[in-house]
Amino acid sequence: MTLQQKVPVTPPAARSRKKSVVPWGLGTALAALLFFVVALIAPQVLATHDPYALDLANSLQPPSLAHWFGTDESGRDLYSRVIWGTRESLLIGIGATAASLTIALILGSLAALAGKYVAGTVNRVIEVLFAFPTLLLALLLVAVIGPSAFSQVFAVGVGTSPGYARMIRGQILTAKNSGYVEAATALGHSRGRILRSHIIPNAIRPLVAIIALSVGQSIVWASSLAFLGLGVAPPSPEWGALLDAGRLYITQAPWLTVIPGLVIVALAIAATTLGKHIQASLEKGEK
Amino acid sequence: MTDLLTNNRTDATGSVHTDAPRLSVHNLNVGFTRGGEFHEVVRGVSFDLHGGQCIAIVGESGSGKSVTARSIVGLTGRNATVDSSRISLDGEDLTSVGAKRWREIRGRRIGFILQDALVSLDPLRPVGKEIEEALKLHGWGDRASRKRKVIELLDSVGVPLPALRARQRPDELSGGLRQRALIASALALDPEIIVADEPTTALDVTVQAQVLSLLTDTKRRGVSIILISHDLSVVAHLADHILVMKGGVVVESGSAQQVLTAPEHEYTKSLIGAVPGEHTRGRRLGPQLDIVATAHPARFAEEFADYTGPVLEAKNLVKRFRSPDGSLSTAVNDVSFELEQGTTLGIVGESGSGKSTTARIALALTDADEGSVTLLGREWSSIRESSRRSLRKRISVVYQDPLSSFDPRWNTERILLDAVTDEEPRSTAEKKTRVRELIRQVGLTDDILPRFPLQLSGGQRQRVAIARALAPSPSVIVLDEAVSALDVSIQAQILDLLVELQKQIGLSYLFISHDLGVISHISDRVLVMKDGAVVERGTADDVFNRPQHPYTQQLVSSLPTLD
Amino acid sequence: MTLTSSNKPVADAATTAAADAQASAARRASRNRLLARRIGEKLVGAVIVLWGAATAAFLAQAALPGDRATVILNTRAGQAIQRTPEELAQINEQYGLLNPLVVQYFDYIRALLTGNLGMSYQQYRPVATIILEQIGPTLVLTLTAIGLSWLIMVVWIILTAGRGPKLSSFGAIVDTTTAGLPHYWLAILLLLVFSLSLGWFPVISGSSPAGLLLPALTLAIPLAGFMSQATRTEFENSLEQPFVLTARMRGMSDLGVRLHHVLRHSVLPAVTLSGWALGATISGAVVVETVFSRAGIGRVLVTAVSTQDLPIVTGVVVLIAALYVVANLIVDLVYVLIDPRLKNS
Repeated sequence: MTLQQKVPVTPPAARSRKKSVVPWGLGTALAALLFFVVALIAPQVLATHDPYALDLANSLQPPSLAHWFGTDESGRDLYSRVIWGTRESLLIGIGATAASLTIALILGSLAALAGKYVAGTVNRVIEVLFAFPTLLLALLLVAVIGPSAFSQVFAVGVGTSPGYARMIRGQILTAKNSGYVEAATALGHSRGRILRSHIIPNAIRPLVAIIALSVGQSIVWASSLAFLGLGVAPPSPEWGALLDAGRLYITQAPWLTVIPGLVIVALAIAATTLGKHIQASLEKGEK
Repeated sequence: MTDLLTNNRTDATGSVHTDAPRLSVHNLNVGFTRGGEFHEVVRGVSFDLHGGQCIAIVGESGSGKSVTARSIVGLTGRNATVDSSRISLDGEDLTSVGAKRWREIRGRRIGFILQDALVSLDPLRPVGKEIEEALKLHGWGDRASRKRKVIELLDSVGVPLPALRARQRPDELSGGLRQRALIASALALDPEIIVADEPTTALDVTVQAQVLSLLTDTKRRGVSIILISHDLSVVAHLADHILVMKGGVVVESGSAQQVLTAPEHEYTKSLIGAVPGEHTRGRRLGPQLDIVATAHPARFAEEFADYTGPVLEAKNLVKRFRSPDGSLSTAVNDVSFELEQGTTLGIVGESGSGKSTTARIALALTDADEGSVTLLGREWSSIRESSRRSLRKRISVVYQDPLSSFDPRWNTERILLDAVTDEEPRSTAEKKTRVRELIRQVGLTDDILPRFPLQLSGGQRQRVAIARALAPSPSVIVLDEAVSALDVSIQAQILDLLVELQKQIGLSYLFISHDLGVISHISDRVLVMKDGAVVERGTADDVFNRPQHPYTQQLVSSLPTLD
Repeated sequence: MTLTSSNKPVADAATTAAADAQASAARRASRNRLLARRIGEKLVGAVIVLWGAATAAFLAQAALPGDRATVILNTRAGQAIQRTPEELAQINEQYGLLNPLVVQYFDYIRALLTGNLGMSYQQYRPVATIILEQIGPTLVLTLTAIGLSWLIMVVWIILTAGRGPKLSSFGAIVDTTTAGLPHYWLAILLLLVFSLSLGWFPVISGSSPAGLLLPALTLAIPLAGFMSQATRTEFENSLEQPFVLTARMRGMSDLGVRLHHVLRHSVLPAVTLSGWALGATISGAVVVETVFSRAGIGRVLVTAVSTQDLPIVTGVVVLIAALYVVANLIVDLVYVLIDPRLKNS
């Protein structure tokens, strides 16, 4: 027998942590979000021109040093309009998220926690709503209440709620059927205490990530409505309205639709990246 | 002592190998790069494998045994660095062969068997297809002849009705049949070497015995076997030569007989000593425990001082479940038992025997359809949950997987504080003192308190789970497969801890396990369950030494032993 | 039993075979019962979704603000003016607007059951006729888009999933980015690049096959990203499963394992998404058909929404709910084909 010398060996590393989004991605996303927050609070700091000032001599100019994003058909500076439009656009997104998650929380908790018959009925309601694609449900609501900023918030909020309601229901059920809830039951804790100390906190935690994801998605949906001419009307600098107005000049001045679209995409991706990152770090457990 | 590096040596059967080894591994080193850091997991492993010989590599998790096995077929994975002076197969140097040559060797020259076929065969395909795939990959015959060969192979590993079984998926076959099918897929191309990595782990003991005897037959036909296991008793009857690995290095190597009967290394000795069984009852499996007992709270003594009857008593429990197709199946069928104060009642059975459902009914987490349970002489199963709550402090539970039973948001201190009873006005400081007592009682130290469950080792988690179970000062603890997922040395520590706690504070245990060794080690009385019913009951001595029921006899004879 | 080399006594073998046959007969019976039960549950669920969609559509019409008869007349004329009681009475008579809501509801459901989706306020034609005229090109577009998205997703996943941390996270970033792309923006980019600059495709698609590719790609790319997100996780989990190692150990190549074993295990979430995506791409077609000037149900819907021609909107809503139901029944079937274990679980 050969006796191998005993060498201290590094223990095998714990399971490798998978990161779906690399840190530089998160850094870029946070920087972009910071920019949008400044534009929301103090647009005058970032804007270079008056967003409503007409300059017909310089209409439909492509992007240049004087006009970073070019000018529209009335010679207004597109960059400044995008900056000034941030507030309304973000507020529509945030409002829609608030509406959506409120509906989703009510439906989702009822479906997971109410008695057999109520839960069953609410479950069916969620399933029926889920059969409607987001944009279709939003269109139906706009058709009833007419196009406006409010109807955008309401329509997008309702339109995105069934998916989140399902998600929240799933979260609550997972917590409710978990080993730690059973362990707490075995310890003799009351149902109220278990709900307070385990089920609600564990089900609510992923909401932080959902909020980030939802604000980005809501802005995309709201801008889709606006693009179809069913949102805030031009000449408002709200991003969807910019898209709607720019559509007429798509061949002569493509930047009028491409750039506001790019801004919306950038915001959506930044919010999604942040949301996914929060989700991933929650899944990894407390560190 | 035999030198592994020379060919002239004696194996357990007494024959001398003068031929060249089939497989020769010399100075194997394997490391993984993770997050930019290099971790060595196998260092300096060497062995020779001869025709018809079985070498066992035994070790606990993290010992590097599986990585060693995978290096032999060049599948250590993406981040691995394998460095070896020599790996040669019949004289061919494998350290420098390319991907294509590897694919020719795998399956044709070296067959591989992993644990439980339920996950080691593609669960979406019929087992026949999986066996056929091995033939097809190596260009064996045409379609029709492959189909015939598949049936022959299944037949040769003892699968009845092979034509029918070939068309079924792993989940449609019993544990024994699907493991045979897995072995058939490894044997399909008559490889001269079989590597079996934990081939019986997660299998019921009777199935384990069948698989081991099939491997013995295979060896007898001249196939060389490398058997990887965490369990010394599994390899005892098959291996000619045993390597014991710990932390990536071979700490002991020798003939099976020598390693098992006259181990030289401390680690091997402790491993052998840690295996629980009938013969170890009443003695420690590991070294002296360093635990600090605390006085039992007086409250319990006052309330139940006069009570001397059974702490837990179940009468004629019946539980039926509705299967997805609407029919009823009986999971627990007329089960009765009594658990006396300060003793351990073991319930043993294979998967699906209803033992865990029985445990849940005893905990009043599942309602029985018929029958009743009393706890400390009081109504328990028949009362409402709200009236049960005050009595719940008298019965606790420890599960197999403590991780899922801890709220992931809470650290150890918070988990234990939550379990400390607060029925008397108790200050936070007093509760914290109690948590520290509990931690010491299970042999842990205070530095564990700020850590989260994910940051604890398996053994630490199970100790925290036991501390939580002790927190309300219960009379009974239900242990549902509580040591089944642990390495044998950790298992030994936990079993010793449980026995010690029982001695010190007079706990009673309802101990559920599929593992006969563990049950026979720890139990005073034993119930043997099969298909929801109790087939035998009695003292541990009677059940294991003089089993009456044929099923118990079969179980006991299937149990692999070291001698 | 003739196939086995067992030398047990014949009687014993026969008993075993008989017992086995009996057991498998019992299993079959149990499986059939289960299947019948499943199908029953699915159908009840489908009917409930349809009924719910129809009810929601009815409520939307009833909730239209203002006097409905006035709204109908104004929509028809395209101008908002005060109407005389005579005009209103005629409309109220025609649409039964003076009946109690419950009666209107039952009339509506009864009409639906005979395939009558009502009359368009504006075009003064049956909604069913209008939808039938336009649904063809939209279905071709959405089915092409779903097919394309599967193609893109499978190739992308096979190439990037489970190939080390760098490539995997790059793949994941691309998934997230493409999944979040708004249809209108992607459509404009594709139109600008491939039609206006390169001139490879017509600017106005109409309903020509050549004009199908860009609109379909517009719908397919975000959907592919969305499905990849779900598939990637499953794919990387499956790659870690023991059966993958077993297949490698019998001499299979990495690509072989990915195609023959892992892919099948990882597509179930994408299959679920496809059922849901049929409805989502039809509503996405609203945008795409507008940008590419393509005929289809989407443009009809946009016009109807902006003129508040509700019978058309609700007709489309009911239709999409019906398609959703059909798609999900198909998804359930595909599910069992991919994972036969679900048949008896």
